[in-house]
Amino acid sequence: MNTKVNLAGVELKNPVMTASGTFGSGMEYSEFVDLNKLGAVVTKGVANVPWPGNPTPRIAETYGGMINAVGLQNPGIEVFAKRDIPFLRQYDTKIIVNVCGKSEEDYIDVVERLADEPVDMLEINISCPNVKEGGIAFGQDPKAVEKITAAVKKRAKQPVIMKLSPNVTDITEMARAAEAGGADVLSLINTLTGMKIDINRRTFAVANKTGGLSGPAIRPVAVRMVYQTANAVKIPIIGMGGITCADDALEFILAGATAVSVGTANFHNPKTTQEVVEGIENYMKKYGVDDINSLIGAVR
Amino acid sequence: MAGSFRENVSIISQKRIASDVYSMWIKTDNIAKNSRAGQFIAVYSNDGSRLLPRPISICEIDGDNLRIVYRTVGKGTNEFSGYEAGDKLDVMGPLGNGYDKLDKKAILIGGGIGIPPMLELAKELSSDERYSEASPEIVLGFRDELFLQDELAAYGRVTIATEDGSAGTKGNVLDAIKAENITGDVIYACGPTPMLRAIKAYAAENGIECYLSLEEKMACGIGACLACVCKSKEVDEHSHVHNKRVCKEGPVFNAEEVEL
Repeated sequence: MNTKVNLAGVELKNPVMTASGTFGSGMEYSEFVDLNKLGAVVTKGVANVPWPGNPTPRIAETYGGMINAVGLQNPGIEVFAKRDIPFLRQYDTKIIVNVCGKSEEDYIDVVERLADEPVDMLEINISCPNVKEGGIAFGQDPKAVEKITAAVKKRAKQPVIMKLSPNVTDITEMARAAEAGGADVLSLINTLTGMKIDINRRTFAVANKTGGLSGPAIRPVAVRMVYQTANAVKIPIIGMGGITCADDALEFILAGATAVSVGTANFHNPKTTQEVVEGIENYMKKYGVDDINSLIGAVR
Repeated sequence: MAGSFRENVSIISQKRIASDVYSMWIKTDNIAKNSRAGQFIAVYSNDGSRLLPRPISICEIDGDNLRIVYRTVGKGTNEFSGYEAGDKLDVMGPLGNGYDKLDKKAILIGGGIGIPPMLELAKELSSDERYSEASPEIVLGFRDELFLQDELAAYGRVTIATEDGSAGTKGNVLDAIKAENITGDVIYACGPTPMLRAIKAYAAENGIECYLSLEEKMACGIGACLACVCKSKEVDEHSHVHNKRVCKEGPVFNAEEVEL
């Protein structure tokens, strides 16, 4: 039985990875999950310098999901390179570094700094809805998507994943723009911009007023977007959005995703990623599937 | 700190101890025996529409058993309050740092649903041979209805403040401390932020060492998601940006260390 998948020449032992921002760099979760069992760990976004993030409260629970506006708090690339990369290198899993920035130069700084680091892939976050500059500003205009993708690709030594926002009219337009810019892989979806009002305090539930909605509530939207994108581009897709178990992950794979990321569900059960890996294997046994690659995009 | 564990635990008993306050004992495999005063557990809903755990402070530890005392404030805690002995819940813990017990005359201050962790702290201080001081002063602030005050009285002198004046000093915990002339060399406090802010100022004015247990909205509970940060004087070990994680570096902080 083969569970290996290939993303732009990088072979993952299985298609299950973590969604950026929900798993740190794996340190805290390594107490609950055997990181060796995961296809890849996708780190929390890292910028060229430390970012303090947004005021609190930064999160609020919603029905079947949550809203977050953490604002990409991170230690910056220097601390990250010294501390987080060596930590992850101890494990037999692929390392995908999520990169965030406020300007094209910020992204390039990080990408260049990572050129000689032992990381396997870069995921470029052009879709964070919670920072005023950068983030999503690069992800809602096809011209901007293509430009930033091309700029990153020019400098990157590792394959480049562009992480797309669902907060657009037509995600396939952004996907095609990223592909035209030279993206090796696409990941989708980032969170949907949302709002929750605290009726007792009569104010916004998160200090940033709006935040990114994630969790099972958004899964059907994500599956639909992965399906549409898979039919619009030739490069592989990492699908995510509300995956809580193997069944959910398989929906994404059947819709056209080569790999999947588990995000918010880690907060409900820190062992979710590992359980998804095991559940996919059980599904393959149950249906006599020899190669997971035969499931990718099998629903047309 | 010893590790944390995620367990599916059995409820041993549950009792309502005030109109919206419940006391629940659970039996754990590893959590209780690795816990100490001031730490908390994450309690998960059995309803899939509620994803995030509720962080609830540890009220008492007894062998493999843990007690939580919590207020029903929303759908999650209302769900918990409906469970009975024999029902099961997913929990993770122990989480956070807990109180460092110093050999100094202690004043324990609890406000509202910040009172429960003071019970285990009072118990641990009274049984800790390194604590040579007289039994602690325990100051409790309530809106109106009292709870846990009799149990706490077994470990120290209890002074009460109520907002409506129905028991003890009318006013807040600091009004009670001043009215009763309560003194000590270290304060351990847990309660609403305005109370903690006032205690921080009081401790600074009077040169009293002070430890505050903070609360913030949490998601992961283990320091990965960076949702529950507080402003800190020192740079934090995670992001080096003066944002300590309440769930990881806290919930107990030296009062001088945090901005409230």
